[in-house]
Amino acid sequence: MSTQPDLLYSEDEEALRSAVRDLLTDHCAAPAVLARIEGDEPHDRALWKNLAESMGLAGLLVPEERGGQGASHREAAVVLEELGRAVAPVPYLTSAVIATEALLACVGSEAETLLSALASGRTVGALTVPLSATPGREFTDVRATDSSLTGRVTGVADAAFADVFLVPTPDGLFAVDASADGVTVAPQTSFDPTRPLATVTFEAAAGRLLADTAAPAVRRALRAGAGLLASEQLGLADWLLTETVRYTRERHQFNRPVGSFQALKHRLAQLWLEVVNARATARNAADALATGSDDTDVAVAVAQAYTAPVAVHVAEEALQLHGGIGMTWEHPIHLYLKRAKSSAIALGTVGRHREELAELVDLRAP
Amino acid sequence: MSLDAARLRTLTQEFLAAHPVATTPREEFLSARFDAGLAWVHYPEGLGGLDAPRALQAVVDAELEAAGAPDNDPRRNGIGLGMAAPTVLRYGTDEQKRRFLKPLWVGQEIWCQLFSEPGAGSDLAALGTRAVREGDDWIVNGQKVWTSGAHNSRFAILIARTDPDVPKHRGITYFVCDMTDPGVEVRPLRQITGEAEFNEVFLTDVRIPDAHRLGETGDGWKVAQTTLNNERVAIGGMRIPREGGLIGIVADTWRERPELRTHDLHQRLMTLWVEAEVARLTGERLRQQLVAGHPGPEGAGMKLGFARLNQQISGLELELLGEEGLLYDDWTMRRPEIVDFAGRDAGYRYLRAKGNSIEGGTSEVLLNIVAERVLGLPPEPRTDKDVAWKDLSR
Repeated sequence: MSTQPDLLYSEDEEALRSAVRDLLTDHCAAPAVLARIEGDEPHDRALWKNLAESMGLAGLLVPEERGGQGASHREAAVVLEELGRAVAPVPYLTSAVIATEALLACVGSEAETLLSALASGRTVGALTVPLSATPGREFTDVRATDSSLTGRVTGVADAAFADVFLVPTPDGLFAVDASADGVTVAPQTSFDPTRPLATVTFEAAAGRLLADTAAPAVRRALRAGAGLLASEQLGLADWLLTETVRYTRERHQFNRPVGSFQALKHRLAQLWLEVVNARATARNAADALATGSDDTDVAVAVAQAYTAPVAVHVAEEALQLHGGIGMTWEHPIHLYLKRAKSSAIALGTVGRHREELAELVDLRAP
Repeated sequence: MSLDAARLRTLTQEFLAAHPVATTPREEFLSARFDAGLAWVHYPEGLGGLDAPRALQAVVDAELEAAGAPDNDPRRNGIGLGMAAPTVLRYGTDEQKRRFLKPLWVGQEIWCQLFSEPGAGSDLAALGTRAVREGDDWIVNGQKVWTSGAHNSRFAILIARTDPDVPKHRGITYFVCDMTDPGVEVRPLRQITGEAEFNEVFLTDVRIPDAHRLGETGDGWKVAQTTLNNERVAIGGMRIPREGGLIGIVADTWRERPELRTHDLHQRLMTLWVEAEVARLTGERLRQQLVAGHPGPEGAGMKLGFARLNQQISGLELELLGEEGLLYDDWTMRRPEIVDFAGRDAGYRYLRAKGNSIEGGTSEVLLNIVAERVLGLPPEPRTDKDVAWKDLSR
């Protein structure tokens, strides 16, 4: 384990980035995302097939001998940066990171089978916890009686797209097929339509036991999710800044580009500083997760505590600096603002992460 | 054999064997180190270096530190090492390089910077100190301000106006000024902390030989850019541990003094702790980019971040101390050799940190630089560009 984290991008990571960006440029343009979220199927099935199956990206975190690509959180973070730049409506964070990490914490043939299915991208998994769940929480909404599951979980991200649910209960972690008897998925109208939520109800649904205690798997999954969400937030903020700089250079008022006014320049420079900082802390979290560093808990908490408000701030400023156009439905900024704000609640709010950090670094509250 | 890390490590060990740390006097050791090319390895041979990649200096420093060798106390001559030396290296004549670089590096001669003036701070190019040619000399008259270390310095880098009839950036020339020359008067400048860390420098008919000019007459602004760019590099390249800055002082107080804790202060402490840690990581990322040979534009923003953090953290510290924060040490007219935020009281830190967003370029100017040079936003409208310096309003 290296003591100094590698905060740069490797050449392979940059190559991965440009491959993903090319795909998203061709297949995930903002007008298409806008049209999609107003239809019946908010998720982009074709894009997921390209990313997960053709490019093999769903299996980045899974070792090769278990059916994956044997890459690491550093590569997955780069994929998430690009998906964030496009507010892509695909279940990468939920299936390829969170559900996959939960399975990586389990042993047994059931978990192995599911793991390689998720890694192939042909099966999509969802951990049935609310998107807002923090790593330390207990999950008791669903009860198991002899592998028969009953209960209801609201606010499950990407549940409508999932083939299999990983369900934490006080009696262990279970896998339940979305198509099984007694499973109902009711889409909710979500603040962030590009990462839609649903209520999942189990009525005596048949579950397959993955682990006797759910807590370690859930904690691992949510910690990795929170750490890598920072990279998605970074990508989102980066796109917003680039786009806003471009717009303010082109938009003329008072016979000048509005980007030449110092009041705007200083705000944009400030956003740039925040994005630069977000990049360092998101890379640090990804590297800590990848290397299994002792510092991972701190790195993840710092990354979320810093990056979540930055993404929101950049989105809010981008909207304001676009003026009236920023308020229109046709301009994609609202998709980014909604993703940014919902992500600030996802996987633990800033306050929750600061509280956890206070314990970790021995700076206790009064 | 090409100069890689292993070879450089061997060279350093051979040097240590020839100059035992225990028995070699400090200045003799430093002088020999310069002659061996181990002072700044990226400088040319004969001028303290070995024409090696800059990143390899870390190899030498690590070996020497492990051996307990004396260092040249870089903070004591920060202006000389960080700003004067790279400028002399780039623009100096061979004679100037031979004369100035070694005593500068060894620390026998301290340098200061005569740039800012009462009427030319952020608008540095508007400066009015005049240098008029007289035979082989220049006669210099004017007033400089915010000159840290002038009272300890042997030499100064100086910019002065040599042609008032052309636009301001074109009529400036860059000199090395001998601070012991007649006509150079250093007066302490008392600041809000009470101490006199800076000086005003009055220049009255100071004679500077033309041989002490750096670069061409009228090219001083271009030469000064080298100096100023190096100032920002020097600020960005440091490696600090977690809680290495002011946040560490406040965090320790928090841990040791539970009776001072309140919920509001805790919220602010954790916010700033996170921001300080993130700033540290950004600095580390910048350093890794430099080592990899791909310096990023992040350096332009580091100073902005540190200035704001220092101010917020030192403000929090005073409130955390409560009643104790109402008291202040006596710094009246003290003249420090270096600025050291640690080892002083919280009130001093709070007041001194106010300068962090002014010195070395105000935060407002730096934000403009980021906006224009990094983000490519249109420049501020300029009304001074094609006007002769003498016709500018001031």
